Amino acid sequence: MARAVMQPLTTAERSQRTAPDGGSMRAYASRFIKPNDRLTSLERLEIYNRQYWFRLLSSMAEDFPGLRSVLGERRFDAMCKAYLVDCPSTSYTLRNLGSKLESWLRKHPKWAGEKQTLALDIVRLEWADIEAFDGKAEPALDVEDLAGAAGENLRLKLQPYVQLLNFRYPVDDLLLAVRKEDEDTDFASNAFQEKRKRKRVQAVAKLKPATIFLVVHRVDFSVYFRRIASEEFAILTALRDGQSLGKAMEAAFTKSKVPESERPALVQQWFQNWATLGWFCKPEKKAPKKAAIA
Amino acid sequence: MPANRFNGFTEYGIGIGLRAPHYDHILSRKPVVDWFEIISENFMIDGGRPLQILDQILEQYKVVQHGVSMYFGSAEKPNREHLRRLKELVKRTKTPWVSDHLCWGSVDGRYTHDLLPMPYTLEAAKLTAQKVREVRDFLEVPVAVENVSSYAEFHVSEMSEWEFLNEVVERADCGILLDVNNIYVSSQNHNFDPMTYVNSVPAERVAQIHIAGHSKYRKYILDTHDHPVIDPVWKLYERAVQCAGHTATLLEWDDSIPSFKEVHDEARKANKFLASTVLATAV
Repeated sequence: MARAVMQPLTTAERSQRTAPDGGSMRAYASRFIKPNDRLTSLERLEIYNRQYWFRLLSSMAEDFPGLRSVLGERRFDAMCKAYLVDCPSTSYTLRNLGSKLESWLRKHPKWAGEKQTLALDIVRLEWADIEAFDGKAEPALDVEDLAGAAGENLRLKLQPYVQLLNFRYPVDDLLLAVRKEDEDTDFASNAFQEKRKRKRVQAVAKLKPATIFLVVHRVDFSVYFRRIASEEFAILTALRDGQSLGKAMEAAFTKSKVPESERPALVQQWFQNWATLGWFCKPEKKAPKKAAIA
Repeated sequence: MPANRFNGFTEYGIGIGLRAPHYDHILSRKPVVDWFEIISENFMIDGGRPLQILDQILEQYKVVQHGVSMYFGSAEKPNREHLRRLKELVKRTKTPWVSDHLCWGSVDGRYTHDLLPMPYTLEAAKLTAQKVREVRDFLEVPVAVENVSSYAEFHVSEMSEWEFLNEVVERADCGILLDVNNIYVSSQNHNFDPMTYVNSVPAERVAQIHIAGHSKYRKYILDTHDHPVIDPVWKLYERAVQCAGHTATLLEWDDSIPSFKEVHDEARKANKFLASTVLATAV
């Protein structure tokens, strides 16, 4: 029954005529489901088949409104159906439904066509937004703690909820605009909504590439996007990957155009900002070593 | 009778589901509510706003956990990660009992995210009861299973739904979350007398009762939780509390959610029926 429930619907949002075993769906349903005085076996199965797809597609639309506006509603729905056939949910929570979308879309470029780079960028941002929203937060290292900690060999741990991303398109602006429009159109008529959506899709199609470095983070439990310089991105990425402060600096300024004389003040300012935003975790206190038993 | 080992010997009154559109109202106005039911899966996360809200709620209110994806009736073993996170949440909320549905919904690790009906066979009852026991032993709190609304019945079924429910709860020695709206919905979809169902439930095992609204279509009824409770469902509720006593009762309203006041007022209609059970006990 699960295979039949998870089988895609027709364009008319009905169960397919062909069953998962290749035979007729009508015969397939009647083998295990009883009809009643109002519904055939197939019609009863179809209730579950439709519920499955309506629930999952609505969850995808809720999680990826940016991708939806890039691809357009119809293409987005068709893409989601293909994705969910290849990558059905393997988690007890719908929160994880889109966890494989980026890698899947990378392998199936036909869905985004010429907009593939933009589509991948927006998917990465929307997934990072989900991860940042409910990711773990550890006690934060504050500015004073940071002032006391120094040295080339220092290793700093980033908060698990902090997401570092680089994009070819300014997708942060795009996603914020999509959300703003969705909020505004809650109060508008359907016809007006449709017109606005068409305009939005056209605007998206004209989005020009512009490399950006972004941190998706939280302040007071709300998710924010913060653009950072490429050098900041390099330092934070190196620290996240467990490299020492010295190595992180090296990575940041190898190809940097920032004059050497300006670097110390700039780095100090960055670290102060990051610590103020609570992006670093306090180091775990090591348990005292027990005395060896003679 | 209502405070029993299946609800941790608690005497909870009338609760409502904790839903996001009501967060601001609850936290700013602090309305008097006996308890809130949360969907466990929404809070089985590592951090962020949902847990912050939950902690604020826990400072003021009693909370009971209700799950939607344990799938006691699925053939596979309970997912260890699911159980670990659920237990973490149980410790956080100090819920006196946890509930989930008497249904299946996953096969070979693939989740449908739906509450699929069970074939009512002895074999299925045995496997389901075994899984309920495993979950309860791991969580170390009482478990109550909820009867679901269904739209299909199977040829292989050997007994009625209520006989199956009784078989499972006796074998698992667990509680029942009796959803009287689900009984009504299924009775209309499968042509049985809902009162027979209510009368057949072992009252001493009822840990909690759910009430809700539904949507009527031409050929069937769908359990949508987006309407007030209808009179025939209140009649089933009245009978259920006559049998089980003053039981913890929760109104589910999950779609087209109206104001907090409207939901709470609807839930408090249950008071009329609960009061009569107190009176009957006194007499």
